[in-house]
Amino acid sequence: MIQVWNAVVNGQPVELGIDPRESLADVLRERLGLTSVKKGCEVGECGACTVLVDGTAVDSCIYLALWARGKQILTVEGLQEPDGALSPIQKAFVEEAAVQCGFCTPGIILSAVEIVGSGRTYTRDELRKLISGHLCRCTGYQNILNAVERAVHEAHKFVGGEETQE
Amino acid sequence: MEVGRSIVRVDAFDKVTGRAKYTGDLIDRPVLEAAILHSTIANGWVKAMDISAAQALPGVVRVLTCFDAPDIQYPTPGHPWSVEKAHQDVADRKLLNRRVRIYGDDIAAVVARDALTAKKALALIRVEYETCPVVLEPREAMATGTPPIHEEYPDNVLRHTVSEIPLPPDSGFQCAQEVLDCPGYHAFSGHYETQQVQHCHIENPVSWAYMEGGRITVVTSTQIPHIVRRVTGQALGIPWGQIRVIKPYIGGGFGNKQEVLYEPLNAWLCTQVGGRAVRLELSREETFQNTRSRHPISFDVRAAVDQDGRLMARECVLVSNQGGYASHGHAIAANAVTGFRQTYLDQIAHRSEAYTVYTNRSSPGAMRGYGIPQANFALECMMEDIALEMGLDPIAFRVKNLMPLGYVDPLNGITCHSTGAAACVEKGRQWIGWDALREKYQNQTGPLRRGVGMAVFSYKTGVHPISLETASARIVLSQDGAVQLQLGATEIGQGGDTVFSQMAAQAIGIPTEDVRIVSTQDTDTAPFDTGAYASRQTYVTGHAIKKAGTLFRRKLLDYAGELFPGAEGLDIRDRTVMDGAGNTLITLADLAMEAFYSLSHSEPVTAEATAHVKDNTFSFGCCFAEIEVDIPVGKIRVLRMVNVHDSGTLINPALAEAQVHGGMSMGLGYALSEEMKFDPKTGRLLNGNLLDYKLPTAMDHPELAALFVETCDSSGPFGNKALGEPPSIPVAAAVRNALRHATGVAVNTLPLSPQRLVEEFWKGGLL
Repeated sequence: MIQVWNAVVNGQPVELGIDPRESLADVLRERLGLTSVKKGCEVGECGACTVLVDGTAVDSCIYLALWARGKQILTVEGLQEPDGALSPIQKAFVEEAAVQCGFCTPGIILSAVEIVGSGRTYTRDELRKLISGHLCRCTGYQNILNAVERAVHEAHKFVGGEETQE
Repeated sequence: MEVGRSIVRVDAFDKVTGRAKYTGDLIDRPVLEAAILHSTIANGWVKAMDISAAQALPGVVRVLTCFDAPDIQYPTPGHPWSVEKAHQDVADRKLLNRRVRIYGDDIAAVVARDALTAKKALALIRVEYETCPVVLEPREAMATGTPPIHEEYPDNVLRHTVSEIPLPPDSGFQCAQEVLDCPGYHAFSGHYETQQVQHCHIENPVSWAYMEGGRITVVTSTQIPHIVRRVTGQALGIPWGQIRVIKPYIGGGFGNKQEVLYEPLNAWLCTQVGGRAVRLELSREETFQNTRSRHPISFDVRAAVDQDGRLMARECVLVSNQGGYASHGHAIAANAVTGFRQTYLDQIAHRSEAYTVYTNRSSPGAMRGYGIPQANFALECMMEDIALEMGLDPIAFRVKNLMPLGYVDPLNGITCHSTGAAACVEKGRQWIGWDALREKYQNQTGPLRRGVGMAVFSYKTGVHPISLETASARIVLSQDGAVQLQLGATEIGQGGDTVFSQMAAQAIGIPTEDVRIVSTQDTDTAPFDTGAYASRQTYVTGHAIKKAGTLFRRKLLDYAGELFPGAEGLDIRDRTVMDGAGNTLITLADLAMEAFYSLSHSEPVTAEATAHVKDNTFSFGCCFAEIEVDIPVGKIRVLRMVNVHDSGTLINPALAEAQVHGGMSMGLGYALSEEMKFDPKTGRLLNGNLLDYKLPTAMDHPELAALFVETCDSSGPFGNKALGEPPSIPVAAAVRNALRHATGVAVNTLPLSPQRLVEEFWKGGLL
């Protein structure tokens, strides 16, 4: 019982036949080849499969693809600029040595996109809470927090908004 | 200098763009899915199995049971193979087992067109068991009359070893016991226990296998591709060269993927469906139950200390719970007693006794630190407790007894070629403001109290002389004058590829940017190396890279010498060959084109070298932690924490720091929250998922500080020594000692979880 499914994935309209029981993670990985979407638990515990659906971070392993029908989906494959430049968040992860094995990295980067996109600043503790749905065993989160904090500050500086709250 | 540069990881770009490919991302052909039937008893036998309904389910290709699997017992640990039979690993595992030894043992497998069908088929298999009582603790397993879990070990003791260092001839004592009993010394005894925890790499074990040209290829998430080839060959009873193993990027390992757990079954299932591609991917729950973990170990320790605070003798008796399968065998318990001995020097005697005991728990194996985090907890609790009993300053007491430079282990000969141990302690003491805090947190009252504690460790580098240390490297010239670096050593997230590239660049005399490392190992083409474990690669593989790089450089310069007869003192600088007077002779790019395409002498330059390393050395370090404890709720909050490490010369300081953060984090979980819990009746793991197993999140961490004292180790290829595992070692004891400082209560069992702390505070009269 294949159904027609459509969405805008990384800026491109996509139309596919899918099984309505399929998770969004499986559709993105298996049908679209977007293998940055990692699976570490398949029950929404680890956050590795995080993608943005209409700008909101979701665990795509426990999110039916049908729920994302007609929506905007973003994975890290869609983050680079057209000329290939890394997005500021990706750049911050690279330069802050926030990447180790890299398996949790795409998911956390997407949460960071959501955080940065909120247009406000956060305390370190607020950032800890915001990324606490992502498990990482390599980094102790230290450099990940440094990268997210840097991306938040840079975005805020760029937008020229209110003073940072410390 | 390429060594010492904090360059960005060579794989960072690919990892942040989602372009780095892991095992499950690489499937390039139609693939069948395998699923495993796990036993619902922890101890007993499979008497019969009815697979007819499963076999009849549409979409099922084959159902294979423990009655079909080859009757071959094979070893699983990722040790270098020993050609001496006495040192070979324990072969106690079959692909599928009729004799069930853990809850969830592998007893059958289904291969189907998709994962859902495979799982449905598992539910249709009927199993008849004969059960034995479940034994989860070594004491019960060793008790007279307990039936053996493995018939080869009637008393369930896999191995029991006793060792004692030779006493100085003029000591006047005959054995350690006499020193420990000597009334002239302060006598100490203590009991400490550690719990079973898991690695929790975020990528679960996954592999896929297919046949091509009559051979089996296994693509797998492993730390040890060459060993996977060997063990798969052994398990299937086929020549090892019939197996090809490919290792792409892996989503963490921490020792769990230093064991060959499911690749052999995957390869065998592939052969049973005509060589079609088969994927075997474990769920998180299977990973918890069926892969490895850190051994729970109980320690009984004694010490004799003289009035000056010098350790005269110590004794460490440990019992290690091995679970149902030998895995790394006795090696981890043996390493634990050795590590317990080494950090400090005993003036007269040291006695060790270690038991490794089979039980029906999920089997522990290698995990970051290989027995030393357990031993360090016992050792550093003991050192703290002795100091407090004797009224000594805990830091001064430790420093006085530290392993000295030039120390040679009396039993295995490992030598201390360099030490920054005391300097690390001093740096940590300054960073945390030890003296002021020790003073400030005396005599506190009320429910919230603070304390500061510390712990010291030492850790050897690689496995010599216990096992073979060998590594090979190949360097191949490209037409543009850059090089390709091929290794059997593996990148597992630690940054290996980056520091290997820096080492090659340093040895050749070119920028790291001109070294292109082949990250993926394919056992058909990758030089031989036993892989990522024992914090060995920067040391052992580093020697191979240095050797190959030096050879490559000489070959390049020899070739340049042919082009410029009479030129002297040739050197490589700024991507050019120069003569002794500093004149540019030729760029490396032009030299490479000549070497490839010369009509008179074509020789695309390559160099290959093997380092068989017959040395070892000690890394050192310490952790300092400041904590606050909420006594009524038994909750510890770590306020500040620093690790200070002497890992010799740092190849890449930024990555070294990141590595330390990760180890501290693992130590923090070990200290406070992580524990695998088993149902005593059934032996079933109760919290085998990432919700109920309390892995620390970002909210559970303080800011992590990582500092270094750089020494230059004469035995390391670039002055470097172990770094990968050490950061996780000292954290638990440092937190426990801070808790003792804060409350006066000595908690001697990990983890320091709220339930346990409240019980201990009751006993200690705080509640």
